[in-house]
Amino acid sequence: MSTTARKATSGSPRIVARGLRKEFVDISRQAQVVALSNIDLDIGEDEFLTILGPSGCGKSTLLNIIAGFEHATDGEVRLDGQTIRDPGPDRGVVFQEYALFPWLNVVQNIEFGLRERGVPKAERKVRVTRQISAVGLDGFEDRFPQELSGGMRQRVALARVLVNDPKILLMDEPFAALDAQTRTIMQTELLRVWSAERRTALFVTHNIEEAVLLGDRLVVMTARPGRIKEIVNVKLPRPRDVTSAEFNEIRRYVASLLESEVQTAFASMQAGKNAQS
Amino acid sequence: MAPIAQTQGGRANVLSFVYAHPIFRRAIGPLVVLVLWHCASTYGWVDARFVPAPLNVLNSLKEWMFGPVGASPYSGTWFTHAANSFYRVIGGFLIASVFGVVLGCIIGWSRLTSDLLDPIIQIIRPIPITAWVPFAVIFFGIRDGSAFFLIALGAFFPIVVNTAAGVAGTPKLLVRAARMLGIRKQNILPRVVLPSAMPYIFTGLRLGIGLAWVLVIVAEMMAVKSGLGFAMWDAYYFLRMDIIIGAMLSVGLLGFLSDLVIKAIGNHVLRWSRGL
Repeated sequence: MSTTARKATSGSPRIVARGLRKEFVDISRQAQVVALSNIDLDIGEDEFLTILGPSGCGKSTLLNIIAGFEHATDGEVRLDGQTIRDPGPDRGVVFQEYALFPWLNVVQNIEFGLRERGVPKAERKVRVTRQISAVGLDGFEDRFPQELSGGMRQRVALARVLVNDPKILLMDEPFAALDAQTRTIMQTELLRVWSAERRTALFVTHNIEEAVLLGDRLVVMTARPGRIKEIVNVKLPRPRDVTSAEFNEIRRYVASLLESEVQTAFASMQAGKNAQS
Repeated sequence: MAPIAQTQGGRANVLSFVYAHPIFRRAIGPLVVLVLWHCASTYGWVDARFVPAPLNVLNSLKEWMFGPVGASPYSGTWFTHAANSFYRVIGGFLIASVFGVVLGCIIGWSRLTSDLLDPIIQIIRPIPITAWVPFAVIFFGIRDGSAFFLIALGAFFPIVVNTAAGVAGTPKLLVRAARMLGIRKQNILPRVVLPSAMPYIFTGLRLGIGLAWVLVIVAEMMAVKSGLGFAMWDAYYFLRMDIIIGAMLSVGLLGFLSDLVIKAIGNHVLRWSRGL
């Protein structure tokens, strides 16, 4: 059921990370913190990879390095052989906090990237219209983000990056702020959109069920400093039944992997608190 | 208990109607003040030579506005004075807006520019604008230039401080999102930072236009020889308190109207932030 193979299961890897290490200075504690250590990871073409780990394990840091928002202290990440240095539209990021532009309506938010990169108006219109239908936003074109629910906002955020046809979709706990029902709907929607036009996806979460439900492979990370503890292959066909025995077997296995890490993370958090007080 | 609006009986219904409508309700305060003012002047609570009754002020204001020319030195001169003041307010305010927004962007943009420029602004800001009058007169003379300088300087500070706060407060995540979508570096300011700071900028502009009307009167009393402020000071020498009160009401009304205009523009530009 599980292997620790760090190579992608199929195809040539799209993302190649080697020897990643990230250190930063925690100002409040006056200490050097190692957020990530010794990360080697390949993400294959069209693969859906989920990253799971206790809070503070550096999973968002890893995503931010691939996105180009942060730079690794050591090691490097390549996308199709090119070293990643800055953010760009070939890596679409969906944030937990939506990060939509509140002064732009749905259409303007979605066409932001195309417009900034000088795509002609006619082509913009075609691509935006198609994307709006793809994520189920028909009839909401003129709304401002303020007027939308959390689930609708995240649809806009998804459409805003998909319209740029990115090589990889990076999602940082995108559904963590949504209520349980909306979350389930959005997971289904995401899989539908992803299946319709397959592309490489990296999905960070701290929710085991979500990770098992979505991913082809599931990267379990250790508590800080974040390392890769194990990579679990999830070979269940989609759509996956969260009540099935196979699903729950994987879920239990992943939970057992994660449990000691969560405790370590909690203990170090307590230690940090005591050190401060 | 039944709400007042549902009380039975004719008299109660009229009162409740007045009570229920915001426009009538808002008129009550000013009406009370007018009645008290009228009584004070008419019944000798105050010397009517110093505080003329509302109707006398209204008559004087009418004559000041519409003539006949020559009936008194003020007759028919209101529009010239008001236009002069208005011209100075708009000119000074526009200068302040341009400098305030541009410098606010520079100060708010980075820690470095903030450290370099903000101390200068924070030290000059508390100095009353009246303290600048001698310099204004020396450098710009008893002319429009002085008024423009004083108004622009006064209105500049709330605009620059608010713009800087708005620019500095731009969520980093929005800048990240824009970069991820492929924005060019030089477009981050106009396409992300400025729109994000707009609510702050409009707060600054509204404070600025209010100050501009305060300062145009100060400038015209001290450094220019026309406009409503000048008329006010001139009227004081002849104890024409009716003209002074008329000028005060005029400034109040013009200031109120110009604020409404900026507020309306702001509401349109910031329609995305309704209920934010």
